[in-house]
Amino acid sequence: MDIRRMPAKLSRWRAPWSDNGHSMSTYTALAIQHLDDFVYGTSPRPVSLKNGLVIGGGTVYPELNFTLPDMSITSDSLPEVCRQYQEMIEGACTRAVELHAPGLVVEFELLPDLTLAPEWGAEVTKILRAGLDRAQAEHGLKTALRVTPNDIREFARPPLLRSGEYLDNMLRSFELCAQAGADFFAIESTGGKEVHDEAILNGDLPLSVFGLGVLASRDMRFLWEHIVRISRAHGVIPSGDSACGFANTAMVLAEQHFIPRVWAAAIRVMSVARSLVAYECGALGPNKDCAYEGPYIKAITGCPISLEGAEAACAHLSPVGNIAKAVPDLWSNESVNNVKLLGGMAPVISLEQLVYATRMMNTAASHGPQAARTLRDWWVESDAGLDPQAFVLRPDVVLELSGEIIAEPTPYLRTRRAALAVLARLRKAAAENQIQLSKLETRWLEKLSRQADELPEDEERLIAQIAPGLDPAKVRLEEYEIHL
Amino acid sequence: MDESLKAVYTAILDGQHKASAGAVQASLDSGVAPAAILNEGMVAAMAEVGRLFEEGEYFVPEMLIAARAMQSGLAVLKPHLVEANIQSVGKVAIGTVKGDLHDIGKNLVAMMLEGAAFEIIDLGSDVSPEKFVEAVKNSGAQVIAMSALLTTTMPNMKTTIEALKAAGVRDQVKVMIGGAPVTQKYAEDIGADGYSQDASKAVALARSLVG
Repeated sequence: MDIRRMPAKLSRWRAPWSDNGHSMSTYTALAIQHLDDFVYGTSPRPVSLKNGLVIGGGTVYPELNFTLPDMSITSDSLPEVCRQYQEMIEGACTRAVELHAPGLVVEFELLPDLTLAPEWGAEVTKILRAGLDRAQAEHGLKTALRVTPNDIREFARPPLLRSGEYLDNMLRSFELCAQAGADFFAIESTGGKEVHDEAILNGDLPLSVFGLGVLASRDMRFLWEHIVRISRAHGVIPSGDSACGFANTAMVLAEQHFIPRVWAAAIRVMSVARSLVAYECGALGPNKDCAYEGPYIKAITGCPISLEGAEAACAHLSPVGNIAKAVPDLWSNESVNNVKLLGGMAPVISLEQLVYATRMMNTAASHGPQAARTLRDWWVESDAGLDPQAFVLRPDVVLELSGEIIAEPTPYLRTRRAALAVLARLRKAAAENQIQLSKLETRWLEKLSRQADELPEDEERLIAQIAPGLDPAKVRLEEYEIHL
Repeated sequence: MDESLKAVYTAILDGQHKASAGAVQASLDSGVAPAAILNEGMVAAMAEVGRLFEEGEYFVPEMLIAARAMQSGLAVLKPHLVEANIQSVGKVAIGTVKGDLHDIGKNLVAMMLEGAAFEIIDLGSDVSPEKFVEAVKNSGAQVIAMSALLTTTMPNMKTTIEALKAAGVRDQVKVMIGGAPVTQKYAEDIGADGYSQDASKAVALARSLVG
């Protein structure tokens, strides 16, 4: 492909909220500027592993995630937990070899209990590492292991983000899983979620911007300094942080007809600045699968991304099953329980679906860049007009909105700009019949637009408007360096 | 419908919380019985809100706004209900089970039950079996509502039911459960009294359990 291997344009800046004088990078130009260069499988800044696996280097690989069936995790059940993971990794590797997969990435998303007891999570990591290494040694299957500890800090209510036993155990979990053989680290961090849930349910856009652009972004900055430090110390690649707790919560609620689809679409784009903070702190990709804001991250940073869609229906329904295939570098199933289906164990079945999906993508790409673009455009066209959440993943829309987002200098201003820009783009799309909206959805689009128009330019003004009204039983503002 | 009751009904349906309190006071002043204000004005309005939601004409944000309007009216009405010895529809202690922090579904159920005039004791998330037992013993809850999102925390629903039995309070309380991995079959297997597929169906289930 003729994609230009240009580095993303970075500049150093001092975070306005930082009280320790630490500086971080920020993106000031798009790494991918032309639609022709924005295709699945290829990224301007590919990630290479020592075993020769290159993500974003031209091939899309399956990324399989699996989890336990209905069972408790206790010290008594730990042997059975380990046996389950052993069975899952062996089944997946065997089928990957049988289906001639060009490579295999496995994600181990730690359940809360496996992060609360970091040694347990590390034990499972060792089992998965050994299984992948065996497949590589015996069959030449190129593999990688992504480990995603659970953000257990919210076990304290209100969440205690910057100190305490939960933070200590979570960071220890990163340390031990690094020693146990992780290749990539990811997380779905939840700072700001305690406020954002309420914003979603109330259709409260300023509160959502506050949750994402102020609280979550500040927490990401704190957390990712730790994750990058631990990763560098152990030779693990810090990969990314999904806004799952924010934007996927909204997507699932929209799918249940609980909130408007235009609202979920807006939240998706508003989550970009928050997730970008990980990259400004040193994350390198591949971005995590459930982060549907990933195409924006790829456009801005040039880092490869994982995504999920139709083959993730085993975990959740979505309106973006095909369009999500437009630009990923890994293709994932989100997660599947180790239960028996007619075809075999569910993780093996899920792996097979991923292998066939990626085989199709790679076959098209082998016929040249134009063939890959054609397949991409078919994925896009099949979904984009049917739901505003799919529309905001259209690669041309992603490039347009990404450019607007990074024209602003701070996470708050970027989130504010994202809100204004995505709502304007959806209004235009509706006016031009690019998307069909019900009367109720149209009413909400107008309502959200009015709220966005009222957002102040000054972050401190938004904080002054919102913070005093928050319930101290639900959020500790001092954890976000906000002192009233 | 009496004009003053109609004003209560409309204020809640439109989600006007200030107007709701004023309309309830006006209705009381004009001599309407507190029970009539509650049932014919407020609960009827929330039932209409529920119908609009079921038919796809309202989303949760509109329901929340209506529920808030109901709460402001209820604050005015409550002393009169107590005076007239009118009980709530039922008392529900609700929580996400131990080890599970996912609470949006639980919050939605609580909100919808509250809108249907149930009294809610929100135990929060990561709730131990002991806390559920304590809620039954100390609050007089007639229903325990448990939620779980993970296959690995779902077994704590069974543990909680066993704890209720061990504490000798299982017969005093009905147990309803819900959450992504939960099914009717699972509810039957663990001895729960009911299962709700989603938040909007939980109200009818709770009504049937206390009815």
